Amino acid sequence: MRHNLQVILAAALLSGISAIAQSSVPEISFDSTADPLKFPTNIHLGEVAGVATNSRGDIFVYTRTGHPTISIGTARPLAHGGSRLFQFDKTGKFVREIGQDSYGFLVAQQVRIDSQDNIWVVDQMSSMVIKFDPNGQVQLLLGRKSESERLPAPPQAATGGPAGRGGRGGALPGAGQQSDVFQRPTDVAWDAAGNIYVADGYGNSRIAKFDKNGKFVKSWGSRGSENGQFNIAHGIAVDAQGNVYVADSGNKRIQVFDGDGKFKTQILNVGAPAAICITPGPRQYIYSSNSNPPENIDADGEIYKMELSGKVVGKFGKAGKLPKEFGTVNAISCRSESELMVGEIGNWRVQKLTLHSN
Amino acid sequence: MNRWWAPCLIIPVLLFGGSAFAQATKAKAQNVPEIPYESVPNFLKFPPGLYLGEAMGVATNSKGHIFVYTRSANTRLFEFDQNGKYVREIGEGNYGFEFAHSVRVDSEDNIWAVDEGTNMVLKFNPAGRIVMVLGHRPDAVVGVIAQSPAPNVPAEKYILGRPTDVAWDAQGNIFVSDGYINHRVVKYDKNGRFLKQIGSEKPGSEPNQFNTPHGIAVDAQGNVYVSDRANHRMQVFDNNLGPKAIYDNIGDSWTVCISPGPHQYLFTSNSNPNGNPPGSWDISGEIYKMELDGTILGRFGHASKEFGGFQVVHMMDCRNPNEIIVAEIESWRVQKLILKPQAAKVSASVK
Repeated sequence: MRHNLQVILAAALLSGISAIAQSSVPEISFDSTADPLKFPTNIHLGEVAGVATNSRGDIFVYTRTGHPTISIGTARPLAHGGSRLFQFDKTGKFVREIGQDSYGFLVAQQVRIDSQDNIWVVDQMSSMVIKFDPNGQVQLLLGRKSESERLPAPPQAATGGPAGRGGRGGALPGAGQQSDVFQRPTDVAWDAAGNIYVADGYGNSRIAKFDKNGKFVKSWGSRGSENGQFNIAHGIAVDAQGNVYVADSGNKRIQVFDGDGKFKTQILNVGAPAAICITPGPRQYIYSSNSNPPENIDADGEIYKMELSGKVVGKFGKAGKLPKEFGTVNAISCRSESELMVGEIGNWRVQKLTLHSN
Repeated sequence: MNRWWAPCLIIPVLLFGGSAFAQATKAKAQNVPEIPYESVPNFLKFPPGLYLGEAMGVATNSKGHIFVYTRSANTRLFEFDQNGKYVREIGEGNYGFEFAHSVRVDSEDNIWAVDEGTNMVLKFNPAGRIVMVLGHRPDAVVGVIAQSPAPNVPAEKYILGRPTDVAWDAQGNIFVSDGYINHRVVKYDKNGRFLKQIGSEKPGSEPNQFNTPHGIAVDAQGNVYVSDRANHRMQVFDNNLGPKAIYDNIGDSWTVCISPGPHQYLFTSNSNPNGNPPGSWDISGEIYKMELDGTILGRFGHASKEFGGFQVVHMMDCRNPNEIIVAEIESWRVQKLILKPQAAKVSASVK
């Protein structure tokens, strides 16, 4: 994340033009409930990597609750634990924990709910995408956790990726692999046919497509700034027509592809998109966060609302620690156009936002 | 939780730092009146199965409840009532608890924990819920690199490097001593926005520089008192972090507290160093009671492993200046001391 954001910062310094363009963007007024979730006394949110809602309005939070434990006294460093998945009802009442002690829960990255209310978790360190059914049972797995960790982590230059980990094959590839071996994946989305798209991510620079049964179809992309290349594909969303929107954060753009990975267009001037969602319904909108890096809350942080064409409707919020301010937003849930849930890395919280039509 | 690499990183730091700190410092102040005291027997009462590890932080709230931040198998924060009866655990298993360093309670009874394992300062409301965090825990996937003891260059406004302590002025501005990796004091406003710092990522021994700023307290006028431990002194700043005074006759200032009320007193501990090298008990281990202007009023305590003695005092609470609560690293213990200052020999107080 930090390396990612340093790249973003550098890019921000280079693009004074977009800053000028943004100054004319209308401000969307909004209110926030900064503590919408009620917890048992012994459960605390850590960094909120993912937040999502299902069709009943239940809220799911995937949070980093500790660093993974590395077993001592073993021949190889083996990683356990570090993140938890919680479910709340629409009033914010705690319902349950899902996936306790899961083999794949190390460093939370994202949670998404599909149209059948299945719960999908993306874990950055186990490099797995885990599908739970609405009852919380594991239904489908993409990727495989490394059997052991390489510690200390190989330096960035040696891996081709930002501070990555050794996978089964050793050094990280900079470009995509035609398989479901992920390298620090970031997000997951689906089209109407149930095809699965995984943003992969920090270590790889590609989008991987699977059919609804998890069979690998293809992947596209490599590290770079050309069309169809990525510099940290940090989020992904699919519209009703099956177009794929990728938050290409290091390149400060959203790239749009068709379902086969053919580049269609790009959306600029919305900062460095780190979290993205698309509203349902006949008229769809995109929300995208220009998230601030954890080391600076004095710039950026705003969230943009766009048409699917990329036309910016407005923006709201800024970086900070108060309610209505944002600390490194990593997830936006926008099942409703006017009521958003945002998950913050920096402020260890979920905010429920009510947007007002100006 | 990173049990595998924690020993690899933290132990070398302690050994390295330990060798630098292993020498006790004899305070220049001599002929200081001894303040008699008694330690309250059986002060904190633990339920079966609950133990203190190294007692790093101790603080009281307005009701006299006692908060102890301790390194046990996991770092934990416990609350006891004013009689020492166990009340509850706070922040169990949260993302900010890894290696306890300090706990303080502000004027609204919010509980602040400073953790040098996660580089975080956590604000709990009186109900025990986290309402604000300062700093950023290194991401697990880069933690092994980011946690190295190399200096954080340059010091970032919102990233802390093994912070040590926290204090507030009457306006709610937040002062963080930071710490073992950085060597600075950072002032944030009450909403956590960076305002200013003094010192830097580099240690130094000149005025306005620090070498392990290890404790911090603010008086009612907003002046800031910093335990500049490895420089064997306390530095005093005004509210805007401008220099005011240096007190260098009190040995190694490990930790500092200031009592409330119209007449405030300043306490600092010349704690005996970890490792207990030969002779260290003879010249360190005592706590000084001072006026805010640095006038030493008296001293109490001595290095010892026995009840009533001190074994590396890491933190003090002085909400009542005649009832000092001390947390000790190497005796895994919290003691409540009843001072009898009127019985102190009133021979010349020492400036």
